[in-house]
Amino acid sequence: MCTVCGCGEGETKIEGEPRRHDHHHHHEHGHDYGEGPAHAHAPGMSQSRMVQIEQDILGKNNEYAMANRGYFLQKGMLTLNLVSSPGSGKTTLLTSTLNELKDEFPQVVIEGDQQTSNDAERIRETGVAAIQINTGKGCHLDAHQVGHAVDHLDAPDTSVLYIENVGNLVCPAAFDLGEAHKVAILSITEGEDKPLKYPDMFHAANLLLLSKIDLLPHLDFDVGKCIEYAQRINPGIKVIQLSGKTGEGMDSWYRWVRANRQIAMIDCPVAQSDGGA
Amino acid sequence: MHEMSLCEGILQVLETESQKQGFDCVKNVWLEIGDLAGVETEALLFCFDAVTRDSLADRAKLNIIHTPGSAWCLKCAKNVSVKQRFDECPQCGSYQLQVTGGDEMRIKELEVE
Ligand SMILES: Nc1nc2c(ncn2[C@@H]2O[C@H](COP(=O)(O)OP(=O)(O)O)[C@@H](O)[C@H]2O)c(=O)[nH]1
Ligand SMILES: [Mg+2]
Ligand SMILES: [Zn+2]
Ligand SMILES: [Zn+2]
Repeated sequence: MCTVCGCGEGETKIEGEPRRHDHHHHHEHGHDYGEGPAHAHAPGMSQSRMVQIEQDILGKNNEYAMANRGYFLQKGMLTLNLVSSPGSGKTTLLTSTLNELKDEFPQVVIEGDQQTSNDAERIRETGVAAIQINTGKGCHLDAHQVGHAVDHLDAPDTSVLYIENVGNLVCPAAFDLGEAHKVAILSITEGEDKPLKYPDMFHAANLLLLSKIDLLPHLDFDVGKCIEYAQRINPGIKVIQLSGKTGEGMDSWYRWVRANRQIAMIDCPVAQSDGGA
Repeated sequence: MHEMSLCEGILQVLETESQKQGFDCVKNVWLEIGDLAGVETEALLFCFDAVTRDSLADRAKLNIIHTPGSAWCLKCAKNVSVKQRFDECPQCGSYQLQVTGGDEMRIKELEVE
């Protein structure tokens, strides 16, 4: 794939279409290095030199993330990056949330999956605009992909953007998308030691949703232990226990979303007339 | 798989720098990787070869400079050395540690032509 920006001829697809190359590519593909006169090596005449660069490995992604963050700030948007293992209940949580809050404020969704646009379709059934990014072999969304998707979405000012990341507790921890918060979702079918096994993710998240709490009577999941582990990794992490099935705990989550949206709108010029619902 | 993403990040930086600094072949890359950065050195070396194939860094050698982990213990109120991220304080057993060094993942230097 195109490793410069992960797009174009690569495997990333937005809404089933290969991502358009509307930006400039400075590199060419398939160079045959070491051939041709420019590379002829005269013995004893090395052309090599040292270059100091001192750059973060994820520096490029971080630049895109900062650009996204600036865009969200200026539009008074709240952006949440939902991260979890596959099947922990992200899409279920999202559809309930969209239905519950859609009369209060505008919401939009970016769905990240390796293949298929099933989740985006599930989201659109709620009447909320959603865009699907298929990452192909890529195991996480990156800030550049999200920037492209945001261009497509044209989200309203003061809206809430939910990004459902690819199901993976490892890589998404390292890739800032420009979100206000990472929200980790851990279903109680997964075992209470997940925070210790995937500490980076629980360190990066500001909120932990313990999902499928309706299944508690059928499992020997130790909620107290799980929270203790999560807070060992991240003493400030807030934990909400909820069930998308029974609705238990969902009110606390809605309150959290509303409150954080209010924070995103503080002193934002475009948010003045809105007043904030 | 985390290491694969990191290697893609490294290659992105190399591609950008090749334009800025005018080189088209990278022979050596020196990385500074902290002991608390959660990076598997073996996996990183393996992924780097895979990711850089047919790129400007094809056959480039990856050199890793390890930096030791250290953290501020809130209980002891001093800097302690730690081997792994999210370990307890080696002196008092507390988990209330703030990492102060050893979480770097930085490209320091290149040999290019
Ligand atoms: N019992 C129970 N099952 C749930 C709950 N939320 C989701 N599920 C089920 O878990 C499976 C995966 O859910 P989904 O939302 O697609 O997970 P995602 O992969 O994280 O998006 C589906 O079969 C859901 O019906 C819940 O709160 N309780
Ligand atoms: Mg889903
Ligand atoms: Zn591209
Ligand atoms: Zn201590």
